[in-house]
Amino acid sequence: MQREQLELLKRIQALEFTAIEFNLYLDTHPGDQRAFMDFVNTVRELEQQKEIYTRNYGPLIVDDTARQPCWNWIDDPWPWEIEY
Amino acid sequence: MWIYEKKLQYPAKVGKTDLRMAKYLVTQYGGPDGELSAALRYLNQRYSMPTNVTKAILTDIGTEEMAHLEIIATLVYKLTKDASPEEMERAGLGGHYADHDNALYYVDATGNPWTATYIQAKGDPVADLHEDMAAEEKARATYQWLIDLTDDPDLIDTLNFLRVREIVHFQRFGEALDLVQEYQNSKHIF
Repeated sequence: MQREQLELLKRIQALEFTAIEFNLYLDTHPGDQRAFMDFVNTVRELEQQKEIYTRNYGPLIVDDTARQPCWNWIDDPWPWEIEY
Repeated sequence: MWIYEKKLQYPAKVGKTDLRMAKYLVTQYGGPDGELSAALRYLNQRYSMPTNVTKAILTDIGTEEMAHLEIIATLVYKLTKDASPEEMERAGLGGHYADHDNALYYVDATGNPWTATYIQAKGDPVADLHEDMAAEEKARATYQWLIDLTDDPDLIDTLNFLRVREIVHFQRFGEALDLVQEYQNSKHIF
């Protein structure tokens, strides 16, 4: 995996982690509107980065493959094969 | 339902192949306080939870545990990559090789297979959430013991990420427990 792709993947992992943290916090603090706005902004940025990733490097979820030129869902590397 | 995302939650890395550590680490795959136990425990307890907060937190933490299971699998895969039968035998994995070759399997650090007796569902939300909080603390302690057993900084980095997640989950389960008890008490006020 090229350095540029790896850096983008790590950025997506970091943003997704932030989203999960807000997700779990909001489950037990559903009335915290400020945290909710932070969640919204994090997910917006995450979606943008995922869009860039799938356009350049391939699908992250199987449905992304509908916007790819061919059935490249099966292409490697699979997550456990990536050298970080 | 669940949708698979073709990426890890965290960039799991190891510095070198290390069969000795793989043998210990596999307990977080198929051991009593491991990620499989955690995921199955929480996702199964959802159905008898009385409030939306508890249904949500068990769903979302249970789902995160599936991502952690994949991280552990990746670490074991990388630690055992290209190991020969002789090397596995020297690391105490001869029995594993005989039964599974280099395949992963849901066992603890001494080779005992995963069993549903590792988890409980009492149907009582207070009892179940206490079990979940204890499970998070036991998993946190296991990660600490595993960190103590290695000097590989890359492996320690990923194990430390997982250790800290247990602390956050413990906190969230504690908040859910408080809310469930408030809910139960409010039902008796006339």
